[in-house]
Amino acid sequence: MSLTMNRNDVLLLIGFTIVVFAAPFIFTPIGAGYPDLLQKFAIFGIFALGFNILFGLTGYLSFGHAAFLGVGSYTAVWSFKLLSMNPLPAIFFAILLGGLFSAVIGYISLRRSGIYFSILTLAFAQMCYNLAYSVLTPITNGETGLQLDQSDPRILDTAAGIDYGAALPVSNFFGIDMNSTVETTLFGQTLQFNSGYYFCAVLLILCFFISMRIFRSPFGLMLRAVKSNQNRMSYTGLNTKPYALAAFIISGMYAGLAGGLMAVTDPLAGAERMQWTASGEVVLMTILGGAGTLLGPVIGAGVIKYFENIFSSFNEGILMQAYSFLPETLQHALVSISSLFVGEGWHLTLGALFMLIVIFLPGGLMEGFRRIRTGISRLMGGGKSGKASDRASAAAE
Amino acid sequence: MSILSVKNVNKNFGGLKALNNVNLTVDAGTVHAIIGPNGAGKSTLLNCFIGRLEPDTGTVTFDGTSLLGIEPHEINQIGVSRVFQTPEIFGELSLVDNVMIPAFAKRDGIFTLNAWRQIKTETAIRDKAMVMLEDVGLAAKAGDIAGQLSRGDKRRLELAMCLVQDPKLLLLDEPTAGMARADTNNTIDLMKTIAQRGVTMVVIEHDMHVVFSLADKISVLAQGTVIVEDMPENIKGNPKVQEAYLGGAHL
Repeated sequence: MSLTMNRNDVLLLIGFTIVVFAAPFIFTPIGAGYPDLLQKFAIFGIFALGFNILFGLTGYLSFGHAAFLGVGSYTAVWSFKLLSMNPLPAIFFAILLGGLFSAVIGYISLRRSGIYFSILTLAFAQMCYNLAYSVLTPITNGETGLQLDQSDPRILDTAAGIDYGAALPVSNFFGIDMNSTVETTLFGQTLQFNSGYYFCAVLLILCFFISMRIFRSPFGLMLRAVKSNQNRMSYTGLNTKPYALAAFIISGMYAGLAGGLMAVTDPLAGAERMQWTASGEVVLMTILGGAGTLLGPVIGAGVIKYFENIFSSFNEGILMQAYSFLPETLQHALVSISSLFVGEGWHLTLGALFMLIVIFLPGGLMEGFRRIRTGISRLMGGGKSGKASDRASAAAE
Repeated sequence: MSILSVKNVNKNFGGLKALNNVNLTVDAGTVHAIIGPNGAGKSTLLNCFIGRLEPDTGTVTFDGTSLLGIEPHEINQIGVSRVFQTPEIFGELSLVDNVMIPAFAKRDGIFTLNAWRQIKTETAIRDKAMVMLEDVGLAAKAGDIAGQLSRGDKRRLELAMCLVQDPKLLLLDEPTAGMARADTNNTIDLMKTIAQRGVTMVVIEHDMHVVFSLADKISVLAQGTVIVEDMPENIKGNPKVQEAYLGGAHL
């Protein structure tokens, strides 16, 4: 393996693995170290990684990927109900169904490109949402959402003689409950190590590795060619359609896995997961982090989920405290302005942040990091080497 | 030996007869130029070779296979490469990637899901691409982004992309259109080198200078019909050509 991978890629993978595994240490000081949020980081990281294979490489902007997320969740919950509380069959079927749905939706939507493709995917996703919400109530339990029940058959668990008794069962990986958390105190911080998070973390690292392999493969090069010039591609003897469809299906499988993991960490599935806002969110994550870069989408997912968490938890009381050093009139004025951007209104913050990124850093946060790195190397080694490393890092993306 | 034969091709657009009973034979290993005034049907004819247009009647046969009714990528896979009027390259990718893509297409066919292989280990393909870039004089820029090249360099790159596939037939649609004089001369020299290697070429052109220094045979198209097909030295003096192409003026 070391022979076929760049040294930089190996380092990136090792670094990524360390950060993901050490997440409770790293994120607790900034108030993001609790299991619920870390799980979201990992799950939406996977979702965005997959979306990036489609959007970042081929340039096809899907507005319907939440449909596959929802399909993954429903499938996983059904796997818990019918087969076993073990997450392995749940995510296996979530990936499979995500792939099947994306094959059908992708096949039809990819007959068009550009805005028409986006609209088609959006329409399909809204159809899925409405089906899940009302028509398919026997399968999806409609408005209430699909939940576990004590009386579920769970064929495999019953065959293996596992009895959950009167309590509602918890998803468990060969006996390790997905909601179990070990707490320790280090330097005065309470660190929480959650088994559900680590289950997602292992899959996130695996997904990152697969994404890296795809980026550096001839297939990945063809996907970039789809984005760059489809006309030249077909006159070069390549059929563009199966390449785009393969990318669509792979990203659908990532979304299915992400949806499945949502159900693994919290075994219920609702139709709202398929709504267009969820599809839009993954677009924002990818662009914010840097579409077409390896690491960008994961960072974008983390940043959005972190801000959602921080800003939506602020309320007027906290703001009053924050501005308490100011004269009272000014304090009230500032609070009434800032309160628009927090709590329920945190989307306003997200929108402003997104606008700033798109205008000043069209390549997303990854471009920002690159600029900083070039700036530093220019300061260190003069203009010439700075330019060379700029080109090298641009090529590395 | 003929490699491309066009027989009795007709194409109408509404009431306009764009191609009127066109017959054409291209011999293997030669450079065949198709010239004619604007609106003579040159581009229409070329589009019939590459699956973009379907003639109303007639046949277009390449190396024993009909080119009609098959997709552009299939036409390329049987050995026909094409250079466009405006260079069509992968502008966001590096030069070496641009040349590796057609090399992969040649080796792996129209679609391969080789997502687990790594480009880094494809040394044979990379070496081949580098040799081609060397041949067209772009090896020093191999890592640059293709979109930033000059018009002339883009054309060189596009030629490298076609040549890496070892095409049996290379179609060039006004290869020097919109180029500065220096770029034009460089491109002609490059095409001569390619021709000397025995690559069969069909060149569509209206720049006489380009055609006469390059072609083995010239077909003159006027109002959708081939009026003369002859050696370059005989074309210049032909009164029919002067009449149709130059409106009677002397060359």
